[in-house]
Amino acid sequence: MPKLTINGIAVEVPVGTTVLQACQQAGVEVAHFCFHERLAIAGNCRMCLVEQEKAPKPIASCAMPVAEGMVIHTDSDKAKKARHGVMEFLLINHPLDCPICDQGGECDLQDQAMAYGFDRGRFLENKRAVKDKDFGPLVATSMTRCIHCTRCVRFLTDVAGVEELGATGRGESMEIGTYIERALTSELSANIIDLCPVGALTSKPYAFSARPWELRKTESVDVLDAVGSNIRIDSRGPQVLRVLPRLNEDVNEEWISDKTRFAVDGLTRRRLDRPYVRRDGKLVEAEWSEAFAFIAGRLKGVPGGRMAAIAGDLVDCEAMLALKELMAALGSANLDCRQDGAALDPGCRAGYLFNTTIAGIGQADACLLIGTNPRREAPILNARLRKRWLQGGFKPAAIGPAVDLTFPVAMLGTGPGALLALVEGKHEWWSTLQTAKNPMLILGQGALTRPDGTAILALARQLAERAGMVRDGWNGFNLLHRAAARVGGLDLGFVPGPGGRGTAGILGGCESGEIEIVYLLGADEIDARRLGQAFVIYQGHHGDAGAHRADVVLPGAAYTEKDATYVNTEGRVQLGRRAVFPPGDAREDWKILRALSDALGCKLPYDSLPQLRKRMLVANQVFAGLDEATPAPWGAFGTAGPIDAAPFVYPIADFYRTDPVSRASPTMAACAAAMGAETRQKTGTHG
Amino acid sequence: MSTASDAPVEQPGSFAFTPENLAKAQAHIAKYPPGRQASAVLPLLDLAQRQHDNWLPRAAMDAVADMLAMARIRVYEVATFYSMFNLKPVGRHFFQICTTTPCWLRGSEEVVRACERKLGITIGETTPDGQFSLTEVECLGACVNAPIIQVNDDFYEDLDGAATERLIDALRRGEAPKPGSVKGRQTSAPEGGPQTLTDLSFAEGKP
Repeated sequence: MPKLTINGIAVEVPVGTTVLQACQQAGVEVAHFCFHERLAIAGNCRMCLVEQEKAPKPIASCAMPVAEGMVIHTDSDKAKKARHGVMEFLLINHPLDCPICDQGGECDLQDQAMAYGFDRGRFLENKRAVKDKDFGPLVATSMTRCIHCTRCVRFLTDVAGVEELGATGRGESMEIGTYIERALTSELSANIIDLCPVGALTSKPYAFSARPWELRKTESVDVLDAVGSNIRIDSRGPQVLRVLPRLNEDVNEEWISDKTRFAVDGLTRRRLDRPYVRRDGKLVEAEWSEAFAFIAGRLKGVPGGRMAAIAGDLVDCEAMLALKELMAALGSANLDCRQDGAALDPGCRAGYLFNTTIAGIGQADACLLIGTNPRREAPILNARLRKRWLQGGFKPAAIGPAVDLTFPVAMLGTGPGALLALVEGKHEWWSTLQTAKNPMLILGQGALTRPDGTAILALARQLAERAGMVRDGWNGFNLLHRAAARVGGLDLGFVPGPGGRGTAGILGGCESGEIEIVYLLGADEIDARRLGQAFVIYQGHHGDAGAHRADVVLPGAAYTEKDATYVNTEGRVQLGRRAVFPPGDAREDWKILRALSDALGCKLPYDSLPQLRKRMLVANQVFAGLDEATPAPWGAFGTAGPIDAAPFVYPIADFYRTDPVSRASPTMAACAAAMGAETRQKTGTHG
Repeated sequence: MSTASDAPVEQPGSFAFTPENLAKAQAHIAKYPPGRQASAVLPLLDLAQRQHDNWLPRAAMDAVADMLAMARIRVYEVATFYSMFNLKPVGRHFFQICTTTPCWLRGSEEVVRACERKLGITIGETTPDGQFSLTEVECLGACVNAPIIQVNDDFYEDLDGAATERLIDALRRGEAPKPGSVKGRQTSAPEGGPQTLTDLSFAEGKP
């Protein structure tokens, strides 16, 4: 490993490290704009110039690989003068509009101009002005502020995989843009807002809402897909103003999807802020005690077998455990957390986890996608697949209708037929799978929500075993969930007890009248018409499908309003933290269930969150390992059976509106409209 | 200066290479190894521009991008970077007047004035009849014969106001004036014929 000296500090770094990274390792800060450790090196801002002894002129440290015996000075007169000069050039065309710029307070250029800049300008000519671009409903542009670092271009090209942004023109007339006015079509597009070191790209929905120093920052996790992206919730007073990504190398690196970032304006709309009770066919406002008395009155004398509970997609583990224990106390075994009816087998944990882990994708060399469109179901995970593909030596294939995943995928077929052929070794792609060192498969919900779901699950397990995907140190069998609550629900055993009914059985029971009482814990994706004459208790935070059908509405807390535990698709247990309080009379979900249990005369044995969490540990040991994805032992799951040849249908048609929060969000509605227009335009003009 | 995307230009709906140009394009692509066909973007754009009245419509850039399996924005980047690609319609006679220092010292301002006077347009414009376009360019690399105008592919050198007007008149009449020095010197040899090496006196006294 090369040894070099930086400002008199001797450091030893791996071959291929850049001088800038070596400086960072030595604890020496080097100012920079265009360099970003997750993007290709461009070397075009020149801010990172440092002095290298025996070099004729200052070097761009971001683009210079280290060599043995280099002597670097970052604070010599030469280096300072170079930085000074570069900063002066950058500011020649940069407007002095910080007071009206949204980046103010969190702007790299502002900070570095303070640290390294000149206190006045010497440029007396006209500054250039650049026309603003329209990048769609998420990214606001002020292109005159652009310093041409091209981070946004490199991000969209390399990470997001949509080559839509570029630098047109040259010299003074160079501009960053799409050339043809169009919205960016990536699910990750808004990450360029974070990447922009100046105020050229800012958040459109958050425009002029707050200054960074006014915000309270809460570290939490996202629940709008099953990836469990680590986020920072920025709030002021009672309102969540924005969501930013938080670094987690194992999960989301430092990206988040546009839905994760921008659906939060749905948190202030269509909220349930007080209990409601249905009287004479109409939901009327009520007090908590009234609502509880109403429920207690209706439940009196109803046997447990005629009650049921379904948990939704955004629900936290604490609430699911409380509801499970309440149902047990009421004598009901009819409960299910799989509201989409997916044939997930709760018996074997490895059978419902993304066992390879998201970071583990980096080791895979072949990947089979079955009935899943990860670009819509988990854009962050799709970006990992693309990253792996870019490294080369990765063979992806898919079974399902053709979609653009931002990297080429061999299409093996549209339905389970191709899967069957692979298992039998009759498909030509079988040899690829067989010769791969670390093969993996990703089974999506689109393959499991069919009547033959359990047979497909068994078939996928067979394939994983035959292709050597499961061995010591490698598990290539992966289930890609789309609901943040699913793995937690399965871990807690929120599934039918002995003789109990699952989602389909519950809905069937409602229709036939065998189920009288249904408790919907944030369950909005079921067909509410099938609830028949049942008495429906809806506990949740949004006035969505479930609340419309409810007889009693109990207002709960959204994910930004409670301290709660979630388990992501890898089985990683993560904590969400409260950023703001629930609106009005709404309460944290486990507290509602605890209070209700008291009113029903079967008081749950915990009065505080720590007590409840201890109880979770009893239910399943995995809750002890916070932030870790513990490997699960392999076992048998799925039941072999007849297979339907019908093609797979991907579960998400509209990426921007998949849950009660994003359906209430005007920004997501604007995105859906813009992308709809984009697709229409494409069919019209693309020959 | 502004890029072509600001000014609305009436764009043709489609573009396709003629069979001859398609064959040339394939020959250009064949020069590069498989998977590196994007290297042929410049010759293909040039072919497209020559086929399409000396300007590149968006449809042509798209056609080139699709042919080379490149993202369209990558082709737009190339086409907007090089000043030799015209992204708006230009006249039949495309005048590129060099006004860089050597030409300027030798009277390029007079050449520009003559063009503007004679054609009734200013730099950056096209005559209403679509015959002439004027642009100002940086060094064309023929400083010895400054000042210069490049008309389409031909250089006209050693110009002054009167010679420029004669050039325009000739083009208007549909003639094809002989490219090169209008003063008739041979390439960039001195005016009035050779001034050195006119005899072998330097060789006298040598064995």
